[in-house]
Amino acid sequence: MMNVAQAMTKCLELEGVKDIFGYPGAAICPFYDALISSTIRHILVRHEQNAAHAASGYARATGKPAVCVATSGPGATNLITGIATAYSDSIPMVVITGQVSTELLGRDVFQEADITGSAEPFVKHSYLVKNPREIPRIFKEAFYIAGSGRPGPVLIDIPVDVQKAEIDFEYPKTVDIRGYKPSIKGHPLQIKRVAEAIKLAKKPIICAGGGVFATDAKSVLVEFAEKYDIPVVTTMMGIGCIPSKHPLHFGMLGTHGKKVANLAINESDLLILIGARVGDRAVTTPGVLEKRTKIIHIDVDPAEIGKNMDAQIPLVGDAKVILGQIIKSLDETDKHTEWIFRLNELKSQEKIVDGTDGINPKRFLQLLSSKADENCIVVGDVGQNQIWTANHFEIKKGRFVTTGGMGTMGYSVGAAIGAKTAKPKKQVFAICGDGSFQMQMMELGTICQHDIPVKIIIMKNNRLGMVRELQKNLYHNNLTAVFLDGSPNFVTIASAYGIKSKSINRLDQEEEAINEMLQCDGPYLLECVINPDEPTL
Amino acid sequence: MKHTISILVENHPGVLSRISGLFARRSFNIESLAVGVTDDSTISRITIVVDGNDYTVEQVEKQLNKLIDVIKLKTLTPSETISRELMLVKVSANSSDRGDIINIVKVMDAKICDITRTTMTIEASQTTENLDNMLEILKPYGIREVVRTGTIAAQKGSDTITAKK
Ligand SMILES: Cc1ncc(C[n+]2csc(CCOP(=O)(O)OP(=O)(O)O)c2C)c(N)n1
Ligand SMILES: [Mg+2]
Repeated sequence: MMNVAQAMTKCLELEGVKDIFGYPGAAICPFYDALISSTIRHILVRHEQNAAHAASGYARATGKPAVCVATSGPGATNLITGIATAYSDSIPMVVITGQVSTELLGRDVFQEADITGSAEPFVKHSYLVKNPREIPRIFKEAFYIAGSGRPGPVLIDIPVDVQKAEIDFEYPKTVDIRGYKPSIKGHPLQIKRVAEAIKLAKKPIICAGGGVFATDAKSVLVEFAEKYDIPVVTTMMGIGCIPSKHPLHFGMLGTHGKKVANLAINESDLLILIGARVGDRAVTTPGVLEKRTKIIHIDVDPAEIGKNMDAQIPLVGDAKVILGQIIKSLDETDKHTEWIFRLNELKSQEKIVDGTDGINPKRFLQLLSSKADENCIVVGDVGQNQIWTANHFEIKKGRFVTTGGMGTMGYSVGAAIGAKTAKPKKQVFAICGDGSFQMQMMELGTICQHDIPVKIIIMKNNRLGMVRELQKNLYHNNLTAVFLDGSPNFVTIASAYGIKSKSINRLDQEEEAINEMLQCDGPYLLECVINPDEPTL
Repeated sequence: MKHTISILVENHPGVLSRISGLFARRSFNIESLAVGVTDDSTISRITIVVDGNDYTVEQVEKQLNKLIDVIKLKTLTPSETISRELMLVKVSANSSDRGDIINIVKVMDAKICDITRTTMTIEASQTTENLDNMLEILKPYGIREVVRTGTIAAQKGSDTITAKK
């Protein structure tokens, strides 16, 4: 016999969980009490939203479901933005919330919030546990559901009296959910059709998305592209699934992507979508495209196929498995030399416009990536800074992590904390704007308390730059509510936490500052003062 | 176009709100929805009539299938489907109208289940279209109250929708 709270920690240990991110309160106290005698490390964030973002960063770094915890009521509702962010990016996560006592449910007692109800649109599944004996089965299922098929957050809401109940603990070995059987292998007939289409194509292109990471298909994707000589563009979520400088890579597509990437899909005669959901930011005119080119859509979620764009050849299953199936069944094809030559020509026309001797964020990020470790993890926030990072930070063997689906400002520091906790030996950068940094500044406390040496880079333009640009282009330059006057001195803020920091505003300071940051053992905050008029593209 | 979808779901709390929430947030229009437990007490069967084109119905099916609580679903072809809806309708009926109303009830294969000096309450189990018809015919007498269950449906012939393969 043990109490449910102990059983919860036991379940987590059995799932291989080493670290969790959270914030306590009365309704989750039994769990925190049990945590003391468990092997799990708890990282106390400064706001629950960042516990979810940290779990998101952790999950991306490990590829496995990560865990965040909060108390009932406001603790739980504070998580929602983080849960929604993870949901729209298909990140595996198990979210645990405390709840008021079972007999008080529905009476609007202190700190009661219907979190399973309010988070319903943003979770893959959720549980409100009323029967203590169901805890082991529910945890087992939650981890399975979160991590398999199309990954996503699963919420477990546990009333405080349930946490205190005594149960016999036995962890199930297997899961059997009759309503949940994700497909893994691609249908052989469809594989054959794909092979035929690839053989015939003169101007094929691969568009790879976040699903490539979710299925750990990076290396097989590169093998696939190389074997059939097919150029690759990525969505924002797919950045880094092929090294930036790979000769077959032609950048990110979409509204904020590279021109060559957009032209490439428009001129192609075969578009192979792999783990990409054809979001509106990535493909702005799916209706035109589906008429112009033949489309193969590989996705583990059948609901994504045909949702935003029709596909002649739908293929439901795990990207890694399916690419493997194709590679096995199809020999090398003709090279697409002319097509790739054309794309390279287009690519060579891209130029960065340099201004004065101030810091050009695009060049700065190129320089930073040239000096950073090959396998570093770089987390982009939201705004112009995100697009600069997406387009100019060269990914070699590392990861680019960002929120593509929701575009949640304030994501980067939390996610970087998570990634660094999961991979302490890797360099981890959070690159954010001065607006987004101020949505997460409090997490400097977490970094100090738990000794998580992430490097934070703030692109300071004293503006909500992305919105400023929008107002400039679409609202007659009527700039409103985009000035960040009143912002603190970030260097002083950092030093108040005892975090090393520096501010630079000239090109000739970049190199030294980057070196200093990279050589610093602890966390570091580097502020780059940039021209507020710097365009996104 | 109206489409009838039969869904087998886990019979536990919260499932219905998951399904209705899904319809609301994805702008799918529910014409009617009926739920009841099946011969297996752990499974409920929901019959939903949705209004929309083929694209919508495909999306409804796929999105419903993503819900962990949904065990199985099938969109029924109208020509191969038996569908029924139960209706209780209370009409004004003084002594001079009673004979007429009784005739209508007979023709429509309905039943009179309650009668007062001024009203009659009719029970009818029909297709939705027939019920609409009947209401149209009863209108002149004065309809006081209409209660309908929403459509339930099963396949014609020996085919069934079960949780097993
Ligand atoms: C939570 C949240 N609120 C509002 C927005 C809308 N938004 C998108 S970009 C942006 C400006 C970001 O400013 P900053 O962080 O300084 O980055 P910059 O664009 O200046 O690089 C805003 C307000 C958002 N994406 N997320
Ligand atoms: Mg800014």
